[in-house]
Amino acid sequence: MQRSTIAELSRQLRGGSVTSRALVERYLAAIEALDGSINAFITVCGEQALAAADAADELLQSGQAGPLTGVPLAHKDIFCTTDAPTTCGSRMLEGYVSPFDATAVERLRAAGAVLVGKTNMDEFAMGSSTETSYFGPTGNPWDLNRSPGGSSGGSAAAVAAGMIPAGTGTDTGGSIRQPAALAGVTGFKPTYGRVSRYGMVAFASSLDQAGTLTLTAEDAAILMEAMAGFDPRDSTCADLPVPAYTDALNTSLAGKRIGVPKEFFDAGLDSDNEQCVREAIAVFEEQGATVVEVSLPNLHLSVPAYYIVAPAECSSNLSRFDGVRFGHRHEEVTDLESFYKLTRKEGFGPEVKRRIITGAYVLSAGYYDAYYLKAQQVRQLISEDFKRCFAEVDLLAGPTTPTPAFLLGEKMDDPVQMYLNDIYTIGVNLAGLPGISVPCGLVRGLPVGLQLIGPQFGESAVLNCAHIYQQQTQWHDLVPAISASGSDGDSR
Amino acid sequence: MALSKKDIQQIAHLARIEVSDDEIADYVDKLSQIIGLVDQLQQVNTTDVVPMAHPSDMYQRLRDDEVSEVNQRELFQRNASAVTDGLYRVPKVLD
Repeated sequence: MQRSTIAELSRQLRGGSVTSRALVERYLAAIEALDGSINAFITVCGEQALAAADAADELLQSGQAGPLTGVPLAHKDIFCTTDAPTTCGSRMLEGYVSPFDATAVERLRAAGAVLVGKTNMDEFAMGSSTETSYFGPTGNPWDLNRSPGGSSGGSAAAVAAGMIPAGTGTDTGGSIRQPAALAGVTGFKPTYGRVSRYGMVAFASSLDQAGTLTLTAEDAAILMEAMAGFDPRDSTCADLPVPAYTDALNTSLAGKRIGVPKEFFDAGLDSDNEQCVREAIAVFEEQGATVVEVSLPNLHLSVPAYYIVAPAECSSNLSRFDGVRFGHRHEEVTDLESFYKLTRKEGFGPEVKRRIITGAYVLSAGYYDAYYLKAQQVRQLISEDFKRCFAEVDLLAGPTTPTPAFLLGEKMDDPVQMYLNDIYTIGVNLAGLPGISVPCGLVRGLPVGLQLIGPQFGESAVLNCAHIYQQQTQWHDLVPAISASGSDGDSR
Repeated sequence: MALSKKDIQQIAHLARIEVSDDEIADYVDKLSQIIGLVDQLQQVNTTDVVPMAHPSDMYQRLRDDEVSEVNQRELFQRNASAVTDGLYRVPKVLD
């Protein structure tokens, strides 16, 4: 079996050459065959998926189908779903079944997508390797000894291996773009506020944003048209019309200005990664774009600023896990304070506890101004750097990560080294911008990601540029060693 | 800045997380590294920089005060492990 895009599957479904049931059966078989070694899924919901596929097939028969009707899809296990558990990769939420659907889930369901499973992730999305999951690490289909990145590593690995055509993800500091880069798929993070956060388990509310992991930018555009848009249930969701992203995909790049931030090519960048990214940027010049060097002078401050802002928001958001209304509960104590403390000690893993405690520290009396307020000011400086760039250029281009996929366990005992892996992605979240990572080469047999960044609500230009790149190159078609099409094929 | 065991115990208490004696050395080590990382910001001149709490350029929306949700207590309490007569059970708070 070959990997297929949503665009291809949608055409086949509407043309009648395949049924949704046949597709769901095919993907369930791929999961059955591969996921024992990859561990990309926390939950597979075969029965519900087949029932939803049958309903989609009836719609397809009646000619009322949309572009997503009958298309199999996986959700990162951070999105609340009424028909499958939502664990957020944590013991704290093991067995939790949400009484409501997340808005993104509800909209994709209404558009006809069939939920096949929930994908693995770093616990509460706190991590860059999918190793902090309570349900075990996910392997990278390119090399099972390596991490697929994180926190949306389950969706990235599942798409790379052909276990699902597309998955959702969330990106707080790079959690869609970084795993996309390390697993060799396309990861799109829209502008903060473009997709409702309602029903997405909160980590850092001023940074979290939902997006997609797909084989192509075109598929990201198709999913975004269904997911994006105003939702009164999220007070930070933008009340702006959603453009027809798919209509803009083929717009010529002639006359576009692409900025290359010099700070993205610092000493930390692997020289082979750099070469792939430079070659990718040359493709835009061939397509008529003008490439200019720009500067983000405060970029090096983005990791420290993020590791104050994100833990501060996390410590506040995760205070809801008290063992009373939902989630893990410590049973054996008689006083309330020990009940809370032991419930949270047992329910949360080490990285989540480190972040909650870091957050409590930077918000505590005497440290608030020195840390939290300072970080918010530095966030302003970083955001202003991006604004200055976008006064000159349409898009920014650079690497997504400093290196290709690292070994499982390599950075687990050194949180700061793990954090620094997100140096090129975190600033985008602090400024609330849209960004995408697309495959742009192989280094030592492992995929490398090119990152494109747009101004706020500039999703169309980002997707357009990524799509044109994928029309000119085949990197996104390369298939990893462990995949549904076997290791003998060299393209999708 | 290095944190002490006492700092960790105090912050963990504020965060309502039990930290046992055998875990505390690891917390001291890793949290000190994290604080060391974020301490870089102290070097930055941020005089007159307006703090940025949020990337959105918008005002808080208000809505009419109307009933928008129906009572779904039983559905919501399905996820609670200790419920009696529709009430959530917790350890005794008052003597």
